[in-house]
Amino acid sequence: MAKITMREAISQALMEEMDRDPAVFIMGEEVGVWGGTYAVTKGFYDKYGADRVKDTPIAENAIVGAAIGAAMVGQRPIAELMTINFAFSAMDYIVNQAPKLHYMFGGQFTVPMVIRAVGGGGRQLGATHSQTPDAIFAHFPGLKVVSPGTPEDAKGLLKSAIRSNDPILFIEHATMYQVRGEVPEGEYLIPIGKSKIQRAGKDLTIVTYCKGLELSMKAADELSKEGIEAEIVDLRTLRPLDMEPVLESFKKTNRAIVVEEGWKSYGVGSEIVSCIYEEAFDYIDAPIVRVAQKEVPLPYNRALEQAALPQVSDIIAAAKEVLR
Amino acid sequence: MKKEQQLDMYHQMVLIRRVEERGAELYQAGKIGGFMHLYIGQEAVSTGLIAAREPRDRVITAYRDHGVAINCGLSADEVMAELLGKSTGMSKGKGGSMHMASVEKNMWGGHAIVGGHLPIAAGLALGDQYAKNDNVTICMFGDGATNIGYFHEALNLAKTWGLRVLWVCENNQYGMGTSVERASAVSDIRQKAEGYAMKNAEVNGMDVIAVYEAAKEAIQYVRKEGQPYFLEVDTYRFRGHSMGDPERYRKAEEVKQWQENDPIGIFNKYLLDTKIATRKGLDEIEARVEAEVSKAVEFAEASPEPALEELFTNVYVEN
Repeated sequence: MAKITMREAISQALMEEMDRDPAVFIMGEEVGVWGGTYAVTKGFYDKYGADRVKDTPIAENAIVGAAIGAAMVGQRPIAELMTINFAFSAMDYIVNQAPKLHYMFGGQFTVPMVIRAVGGGGRQLGATHSQTPDAIFAHFPGLKVVSPGTPEDAKGLLKSAIRSNDPILFIEHATMYQVRGEVPEGEYLIPIGKSKIQRAGKDLTIVTYCKGLELSMKAADELSKEGIEAEIVDLRTLRPLDMEPVLESFKKTNRAIVVEEGWKSYGVGSEIVSCIYEEAFDYIDAPIVRVAQKEVPLPYNRALEQAALPQVSDIIAAAKEVLR
Repeated sequence: MKKEQQLDMYHQMVLIRRVEERGAELYQAGKIGGFMHLYIGQEAVSTGLIAAREPRDRVITAYRDHGVAINCGLSADEVMAELLGKSTGMSKGKGGSMHMASVEKNMWGGHAIVGGHLPIAAGLALGDQYAKNDNVTICMFGDGATNIGYFHEALNLAKTWGLRVLWVCENNQYGMGTSVERASAVSDIRQKAEGYAMKNAEVNGMDVIAVYEAAKEAIQYVRKEGQPYFLEVDTYRFRGHSMGDPERYRKAEEVKQWQENDPIGIFNKYLLDTKIATRKGLDEIEARVEAEVSKAVEFAEASPEPALEELFTNVYVEN
């Protein structure tokens, strides 16, 4: 097992798939000559050339719309959105075109496209550049939404996404590119639509994903010092949602919290809690608590921004609340 | 152009007209749901345009797509069945009037968001460019679509990247009920293509031969030069924007004036005047169309509804 960063993991996945399949190409703002605004595609332009690493105009409709068209005729484009906040400019393509084309034309069209987008707060980028709107995208049948929390998952899931014949939104977190983790040597794939137990425990279940996983692992270490063993279920894919490991864990612990970086209202936590109520009502020993972002646009000021984002201490407090 | 091809084009135009007229009746009878946009009056546009393509050239259009589907080679049976939402429609009854397509016939839809298919058209051409072939993508849209952002992003990308797209603006004078002058900064829509340094032309969309010739030239340019081209086609829809349009925005005299320039009438006269066809020959084509359309309606009405299980198929390729 090699220990690499999230950035390296994503970069390796892209490179391996481009080497494997000539139909795979990348298009987006500053992906080429610049090397990617988060340096994920650094060196790609020199290695693969302008045909396969396409710098686009700053025009999100053109980026995602053209990627859809190219995918429909058999290519495998990876459209990169500089941040997920710019996805709103291309909302029609992400939620109203790509997820519909296979269904609406009776299965005639397929859209084997991956949209990579960087989300998340914590970098003092202000309200319009710091959002975690994952739940919005997960609302739409026909789209798959993947958001990994470890380098191992990022690499294996991205490779699967590139090989998938469905349109996939792949959400990365802006503050996690330096996170290091063990990655298997050689070729491996991780299936889309499978949640994973990232930490075993018996006292409560923490359901989370992406940045929430990083925070929850830290919180679990702290809780462990006090004799509380949290089991952490990492969703990894928001749609299709795999509730099996969540329910299995909950039926064992009977107590749960859900941790997400996005807003609480109408969020991922709302969905998870509803599913638990529907599927495991008899196992509930305490009200389930959601840890999420405060209901404000994210401010620029560092202290204010951190106060709005979920913290390790919030997770610890929530865990203790459900164990009371 | 060969005589057979011209007679085939006449057949297509009359077939579109009659499919639309019968479709309107079925809509009034409550057998067709949703929105339905008729192509009556605009038949020469897609007929001339698509007659000029090679089979490998792709076609993509907006929601006024029944005629385009027929020109691309889909049968009246399939069109009528899709209108009735039947399992035998080309989109298995899941798309309806606005979503007709056929990969086999290189017809890439049928798209219902105004201007939304323009970046997708650029993408079809991008796919071909990436595959290093010289297929041309013919993208049709209305005058209304030239006022939305998608249009500008798509034209800019096509010109910047040298994508083989023939952009065809079907200027039927109104975006729903708002005239070009009331919605567009320039009423000469080709000027917008000038802004993207794109070669362009304008043609009378009521004259199918003129459309065909303009399209031939345009397609040849796109294929040879590896550059997009913008063709503005002046036309007029004789019916409302969609079924249930009160038509408060235009005067009966205006409609009448355009109807005197009926593209089918013009072509009919041309074929007789040039002795390409005889009266009897054209009558036979019209009789054939009647039989075809009646059969299509029977086929569609007799076709099964989609099975309830179809509700959950094709959401994803991989479940």
